[in-house]
Amino acid sequence: MSWEWGVIWQYLPKLLDGAWLTIELVAISGLLGLVIAVPLALMRASEKKAISAFPYIYIFFFRGTPLLVQIFLIYYGASQFDAVKNSFLWPVLREPYWCAIIAFSLNTAAYGAELIRAAIQAIPKGEIEACMALGMSKFTTIRRIILRRAAGIVLPGYSNEVLLMLKSSALASTITLLDLTGMARTIIARTYTPLEMFFAAGMVYLAMAAVLILCFRLMERKLNRYQYAKRPV
Amino acid sequence: MKKLIATAVMLAACVTAPLSMAGEKIRIATEGAYAPFNMMDNQGQLVGFDVDIAKALCAEMKADCEIVAQDWDGIIPGLRARKYDAIIASMSITEERLRVVDFSEKYYANVLAFVGPKGKALDTTKDALKGKTIGAQRATIAGQYLEDNFGNVVNVKLYDTQDNAYLDLASGRLDGIMSDKFPAYDWLRTPEGKGFEFKGADLDIDDHIGIAVRKGDKLAGKFSTAIKAIRANGKYAEINAKYFPFDIY
Repeated sequence: MSWEWGVIWQYLPKLLDGAWLTIELVAISGLLGLVIAVPLALMRASEKKAISAFPYIYIFFFRGTPLLVQIFLIYYGASQFDAVKNSFLWPVLREPYWCAIIAFSLNTAAYGAELIRAAIQAIPKGEIEACMALGMSKFTTIRRIILRRAAGIVLPGYSNEVLLMLKSSALASTITLLDLTGMARTIIARTYTPLEMFFAAGMVYLAMAAVLILCFRLMERKLNRYQYAKRPV
Repeated sequence: MKKLIATAVMLAACVTAPLSMAGEKIRIATEGAYAPFNMMDNQGQLVGFDVDIAKALCAEMKADCEIVAQDWDGIIPGLRARKYDAIIASMSITEERLRVVDFSEKYYANVLAFVGPKGKALDTTKDALKGKTIGAQRATIAGQYLEDNFGNVVNVKLYDTQDNAYLDLASGRLDGIMSDKFPAYDWLRTPEGKGFEFKGADLDIDDHIGIAVRKGDKLAGKFSTAIKAIRANGKYAEINAKYFPFDIY
């Protein structure tokens, strides 16, 4: 087998350009996804069927279909309708960049919502009852107690979802975006060195994942610092 | 002693039997997403010009062939990994590919062309294309020619399949596509392609299409001989006429 290190060094700057796009996609859709996930989770945790039905269907759809299908439907599917092409949304839906962000955000929001819902329900009943006993309004309870407690509980699981999304973002390459994977595949089309390029791309993904893992570790230490406190001797 | 001879004979039989059969059985890969050269029909069977040529060549060589579908990106790595023995998938003979595989003589010649929407002028000279968005399939001659010759003036978009590029032409995201001419000719005659037409002049880039085999494999020569034979006996012309009203050799 022939292995060319040279080709990796030669194309590394291009791969890093691609990696930057991957970071943008994951960061923006990760944040947007979280913003969508929190209200969905609160609705989903509601005991009223009328309120929990919508997030239930939403989560069912986005967890039940492949992300690739979702991206294709948003990018290629929507653009086949003149109604979409003539609408005010077209400047946004025209761009593969925004289509990818929309698909990733909606997808990760579904998984995130389910994680947060589970975290909310894992908060000990007594703590909520304490809020009621103190006369806190519902909104204040959610803002000061429920969301803060849920954040600490959800964090380890949520880091999984973000890591999965980092890797799923490779699907952006199917709609002409030159993210890390798209860039690697374009270089391979020219150099015929798939092993070297995918190895290099894999290492860059690994480095990005390492940074993410570290960030989540630090956040966990801060949010759940009571678990890390030294016991008095 | 007798036993020893018997064992030796059996061993020899075991060693030679697969060797003599290996010459007959040829596994051929094609892409299956490049109409009208190779595509899937309604039943999921591989059909098209490449597939017909492959079958005609196998009949000519009296070989037992199996045709498999393989994604374009992995088609050369798959050949080198011995998943199949030949690629008949409208692959251009290029210097870069010749470094990793061998080719038969050409079985047709490709030219490039621009395709754009009817009723919207598209001047295909380099200066006029400045700032336009032009699509092509990734890892193809058209894609590389576009990047190499127009990459500094146009916004190049690369697609995994030609179908996706057509979808995006129809959606209006692309001003035009640079494509191999013959498959585009076929697409323009479909209901989806009816609003589009060739723009500007064809680009003859001396692009020959051959059959790829592993480096040093004698199959290349056998295919070349078989290509000459079907050109001579009219079989090629018969297949050609099924797809195009002009000779593409």
